[in-house]
Amino acid sequence: MFKVISNEEIAPQLHRMVIEAPRIAKARKPGQFAIVRLKPGAERIPLTIADDDPEAGTITLIIQAVGYSTKEIVATQPGEFIQNIAGPLGKPTDIEVWGKVVCVGGGAGTAVLFPLAKGLAQAGNELTTIIGGRSEKYVILFDELSAFSKQTIATTEDGSLGEKGFVTGPLKRLLDDPATKPDAVYAVGPVPMMRAVSDMTRPYGVKTIVSLNPIMIDGTGMCGGCRVTVGGKVQFACVDGPEFDGHDVDYAELAARQNAYQELDEHGCRLDAALA
Amino acid sequence: MAEISVKEKMAIERTKMPEQDALERSRNFKEVNLGLPLEWAVREAQRCLACKKRPCVDGCPVNVHIPEFLAKLADGDVAGAAQILRVDNALPATTGRVCPQEYQCEGQCLRGKKGQSVAIGWLERFVADWAAQNLAPDKAPAAQTGFRVAVIGSGPGGLTAAGELARAGHKVRVFEALHDTGGVLRYGIPEFRLPKRIVDQEVQNLRELGVEIETDVIVGRTLTLSEIREEYDAVFVANGAGLPMFLHVPGENLKGVYSANEYLTRANLMGAWMDDPCGTPIARGKRVVVFGGGNVAMDSVRTAKRLGADAAIIAYRRGKDEMPARKEEVKHAEEEGIEFHLLVAPLEILGDEKGWVRAVKLQKMELGEPDASGRRRPVAVEGSEFELACDVAVVALGTTANPLLTAAEPDLKLDKWGNILADENQSTSIPGVFAGGDIVRGGATVILAMGDGKCAAQSISEFLKGKTPKAPEKAA
Ligand SMILES: Cc1cc2nc3c(=O)[nH]c(=O)nc-3n(C[C@H](O)[C@H](O)[C@H](O)COP(=O)(O)OP(=O)(O)OC[C@H]3O[C@@H](n4cnc5c(N)ncnc54)[C@H](O)[C@@H]3O)c2cc1C
Ligand SMILES: Cc1cc2nc3c(=O)[nH]c(=O)nc-3n(C[C@H](O)[C@H](O)[C@H](O)COP(=O)(O)OP(=O)(O)OC[C@H]3O[C@@H](n4cnc5c(N)ncnc54)[C@H](O)[C@@H]3O)c2cc1C
Ligand code: FES
Repeated sequence: MFKVISNEEIAPQLHRMVIEAPRIAKARKPGQFAIVRLKPGAERIPLTIADDDPEAGTITLIIQAVGYSTKEIVATQPGEFIQNIAGPLGKPTDIEVWGKVVCVGGGAGTAVLFPLAKGLAQAGNELTTIIGGRSEKYVILFDELSAFSKQTIATTEDGSLGEKGFVTGPLKRLLDDPATKPDAVYAVGPVPMMRAVSDMTRPYGVKTIVSLNPIMIDGTGMCGGCRVTVGGKVQFACVDGPEFDGHDVDYAELAARQNAYQELDEHGCRLDAALA
Repeated sequence: MAEISVKEKMAIERTKMPEQDALERSRNFKEVNLGLPLEWAVREAQRCLACKKRPCVDGCPVNVHIPEFLAKLADGDVAGAAQILRVDNALPATTGRVCPQEYQCEGQCLRGKKGQSVAIGWLERFVADWAAQNLAPDKAPAAQTGFRVAVIGSGPGGLTAAGELARAGHKVRVFEALHDTGGVLRYGIPEFRLPKRIVDQEVQNLRELGVEIETDVIVGRTLTLSEIREEYDAVFVANGAGLPMFLHVPGENLKGVYSANEYLTRANLMGAWMDDPCGTPIARGKRVVVFGGGNVAMDSVRTAKRLGADAAIIAYRRGKDEMPARKEEVKHAEEEGIEFHLLVAPLEILGDEKGWVRAVKLQKMELGEPDASGRRRPVAVEGSEFELACDVAVVALGTTANPLLTAAEPDLKLDKWGNILADENQSTSIPGVFAGGDIVRGGATVILAMGDGKCAAQSISEFLKGKTPKAPEKAA
């Protein structure tokens, strides 16, 4: 049982939760995630460990309430308990000193990006951070990321904050200007965003690292449900990742697999049609 | 009780096992075998000739005193039978259900040479179930040694070791990666073959013995083996062989294609079969093809049937006689209407425009010369490819060692498959660290994991003799 210490809504449907998990707080490194199961009968879902406080024995999760499990988790009040949290899982981010790094976050992916960006900055990289959202309300962690970024750029689809458009707009400018051209790009967000960023950096030959978010169960390599194809090879995102070279990822397959259970809900009986 | 003559014994026919009707059970998850009534069990035990050579004992991987427990049972002394069984086998209710008896004790039984062997497995199950109902579980011994022992993994290996260590007076803590106990007994073997109340009861018995169980601890991630060694006087590693193998054919990442581990975990551990609205989903196929011929394949295909498949199909490379699954499971599967495509090998998994599996492409095989395992090697028949329509495909090829724990411990010696090297006392290359079960043997059996756990517990007590406990209050 893991006690919820605090729970605040930092953007619409986006919660920052601090939870008692002393063993994980002590062991956790940037880039790792935990598997969370709210109560008996609930699903196990992966959530990035955004921050830790080993002294207090707590971890921070930043959770976007997109569906059944995440909505139930963010409804847990301080003082209440989460039944199971297992972690830290996945490979920690390989924090390298690249020089100039652009970090790109989209939607809840910005929460996943946050610990990586912090680690990269602490290692001495010069960070430019681009955060995208549908509108102002959905641009998250701007101040937190600005604290260690040389420059922070927000983009919104409706222009209500920062630049109007997608994260790829400012990224292109940075790539084109020799004074700002990054040595590496980290991108975390919805699959189409990571794909667009990777497609954009490829002709520039800029190393691009993405953090993949397939459906998971155990998070320990036991089920293979999280498999992704990277560079033509099958990898288990929970143990071989979640970070991979963005230029090698089969995004179409990832996007398809992520939608599997939604499609099942919609048409319970695919084969009837296929065999008819 | 009056002596029964050999002639009388020989005249008794092997008992039948009462079971759920095949059609009915193929639509529910309740246990298939209903268990023997007392009179039947006693009568069956009386079939044992108490022969001198005791081949059944040699056939048992842990040498259970079979003729002795059968003799007690034949006399109607079930409690006496239970006591004998208990000495050699910590999990008789489980092994009575899942051991491949036809290759082990029953396979060697003298009565089987001419007719049918004594139904040792069913009798073991009977005695164990009776004991669970009627005998009080052990309590922790009054004299505690002060030593703390960590057990990693709560499968049959870990559970057995934990029980034996606690009975020896050590303080035991089990670390389990998943949110629930039992290992394969929980997430792999389905309810219809091994009801989870049996695993629950084993775990409850351990708690009564004072064993502490901490779930959600992934050793190698949450804690390392080295950290555990600093706090505990000895460690038993039984983390199983949890890594699923895939076919490595095109189309394996299509939607609707599962490893057996994922398929069974969704169904069993996560309870997808229970129709809980907040629970884990599973693709309930109308036509499900399962690759493999072992217990894992049988469990998957029979689960598919119970999840509502019209056609649940086994596709296996060799012939029926070569299938490594327990014979009883194959028989039950056939009765339940499982279809068998034998001597076929998968070439490709084919998808529809939305990325869902729609068929598997198979090639016919014929049996050639025997290979190293003594089984005849399947050879592809040219030009025999065909498609088999399906909307779910399950790959049940077996599992290998998961490196999560071992990768963090360079001092722990492994074999070339990544299994931990352990000697006949279950000692590893690190003093005070013992290992057993599937992580040492590769995918093996429940009884062997159980035997390793028991042996390791004895070795650990031996190892601790004459040592002083590390500060017990400091232990994590
Ligand atoms: C390594 C990893 C780290 C993650 N870290 C975070 C995090 O820090 N914060 C956070 O809010 N989310 C994170 N996610 C995503 C999170 O796990 C999913 O949003 C969650 O599982 C959805 O469950 P649900 O029952 O609420 O939604 P569902 O009802 O299952 O689905 C609702 C919507 O979410 C989408 N979805 C389902 N599963 C995933 C998934 N695994 N990834 C992305 N979208 C999904 C569906 O397509 C659908 O549109 C992470 C995922 C991974 C694999
Ligand atoms: C579907 C299926 C059907 C089977 N049917 C039969 C049968 O009929 N008869 C038979 O004899 N055998 C059968 N087997 C094989 C048998 O189940 C195994 O040989 C046996 O369970 C091995 O026991 P174990 O204790 O070594 O490991 P497991 O049962 O695998 O248990 C290992 C435990 O360790 C945990 N763990 C793993 N890594 C870590 C870590 N890093 N830290 C902490 N905990 C960890 C796992 O979560 C698990 O709970 C079957 C196997 C499967 C998969
Ligand atoms: S989540 Fe099961 S193997 Fe990755």
